[in-house]
Amino acid sequence: MDKLINDFSFGLFFWQALILLVLLFLLRKYAWKPILDSLNNREEGIKNALESAEEAKKEMQNLQADNERILNEARAERDGMLKEARQLKENMISDAKSEAQAEADKIVAQAQATIASEKKAAIAELKSQVAGLSVEIAEKVVRKELDNKDKQLELVASMLGDVTLK
Amino acid sequence: MHGNLGTEILYVMQKRTVVKILLIFTLVFTANNLFAKESEKGENDGKVDTKSEIDAYIEHHLQDSYDFTLWSDGETGAHVGFPLPVILWDNGLKVFSSSKFHHGETVAEVGGDFYKLDHGKIYKTDAAGTITYDDQHHATNVKPLDFSITKNVVTMLLVSVLMLFMFGGLAKSYKKGALPTGFGRVLEPLVIYVRDEIAIPNIGKEKHRKFMGFLLTVFFFIWILNLLGMTPLGVNVTGNIAITVCLALFTYFITQFSANKEYWKHIFWMPGVPVIMKIVLMPIEILGTLTKPFALLIRLFANITAGHVVIMSLIALIFTAQNIYVMTPISLLLTIFISVIELLVAFLQAFIFTMLSALFIGLAVQDHDHH
Repeated sequence: MDKLINDFSFGLFFWQALILLVLLFLLRKYAWKPILDSLNNREEGIKNALESAEEAKKEMQNLQADNERILNEARAERDGMLKEARQLKENMISDAKSEAQAEADKIVAQAQATIASEKKAAIAELKSQVAGLSVEIAEKVVRKELDNKDKQLELVASMLGDVTLK
Repeated sequence: MHGNLGTEILYVMQKRTVVKILLIFTLVFTANNLFAKESEKGENDGKVDTKSEIDAYIEHHLQDSYDFTLWSDGETGAHVGFPLPVILWDNGLKVFSSSKFHHGETVAEVGGDFYKLDHGKIYKTDAAGTITYDDQHHATNVKPLDFSITKNVVTMLLVSVLMLFMFGGLAKSYKKGALPTGFGRVLEPLVIYVRDEIAIPNIGKEKHRKFMGFLLTVFFFIWILNLLGMTPLGVNVTGNIAITVCLALFTYFITQFSANKEYWKHIFWMPGVPVIMKIVLMPIEILGTLTKPFALLIRLFANITAGHVVIMSLIALIFTAQNIYVMTPISLLLTIFISVIELLVAFLQAFIFTMLSALFIGLAVQDHDHH
């Protein structure tokens, strides 16, 4: 201890303090501050870059999920539309079918009605013609037969026997 | 200290980057030490070969000196190096070159006053250079106030300039791009290491920024000085008590001035204990603030001095050996081994000093709501 105190040099202590103070001041200003600041900046930059990369990755995933969803939706929509169209087609066909059937039925019924009325008319005309003819024949026959009284009576009797009206 | 060293070594081993850098330095400095040995052997052969001479030589090496001697020729007494300015305050400022002392062999006469070197210290004396001693062999002559630019001061200035260049360059390289280039790539992980492993764990993320300047400066200052101490330049700055006292005082004052209310409350009026205990604890706590930096300064001083003594003693084995051919390889191997350990110690002591400084600062600025 005695030797240590004896060895202690005040001059050296003084210079050391002075040098250290000046060195501290200079290094602080010209070295440590810019170095530590740039280190901090760089670390912050790296941190930010990593974070934004992570963010971008997430966004990308979101986007992909979105795309997938939209695609699925579109697919579903397309399927729906196809299905609807098919339904529509079937409906249209069946509608047309039933309509045609109805029309045909109507036409047939009409035709039948027409045929029936025509038939009636024809029968009526036939009847009147037959009646006319009969009257004409009868006239002729009557004219001829009326020359002979007996024959006239005979004829009337035979004709009345032959003609039976419905 | 041994247990401590063990855990400290383990701690460092985990930090691979630092270990890699250490390895590089190990290679460089081991090579340097080898050259140093070769040259020292050549220079001192035949002169410094007795035990007492070696003791004196080691002691002389550990001390600061007034000239920067690169090597000395023992036989001719010639010293190669350069003198440094001596600045004394003795009834006025006296500035002269240390070459006037002729390496302590002559009395320097400046403005009518006479000064002489004795065991690395300047004493006021008369024209004949008489130095009187007391019974403990301490010189009783007047010691003038000595502000000389000594070898250690020059080394510190060199290290300061080196640090300014190194870290100024690193700071500038950030202006060109986000990543440093060249030597900055080595320095940057070290700066990050100090910040992430020393400052933030001890002081906390919010408050560490204010103390980073001091911690970084002290860490690199001590480390570079420790490493320079292992070069053949033969400087021993951090193994000098005045230097470590100054460094520890810086930590002490920074700790005390940045301390918050709670820190002082814990010292002067410990909460949660009886009043009598508060009174008993007060002087103990006050003493505690002083023992912390004291431990810092002694640890650094003792470790570095011990390292220098061990390495120089091992080298000296060559000169005291009876059989130089057997002893030389043993001495060389041992020296290389210790050098490698000393390289680790050079880093460790810088690390521990910074670590403990950060710890003390952290204790003083923490918001501790429990005890």
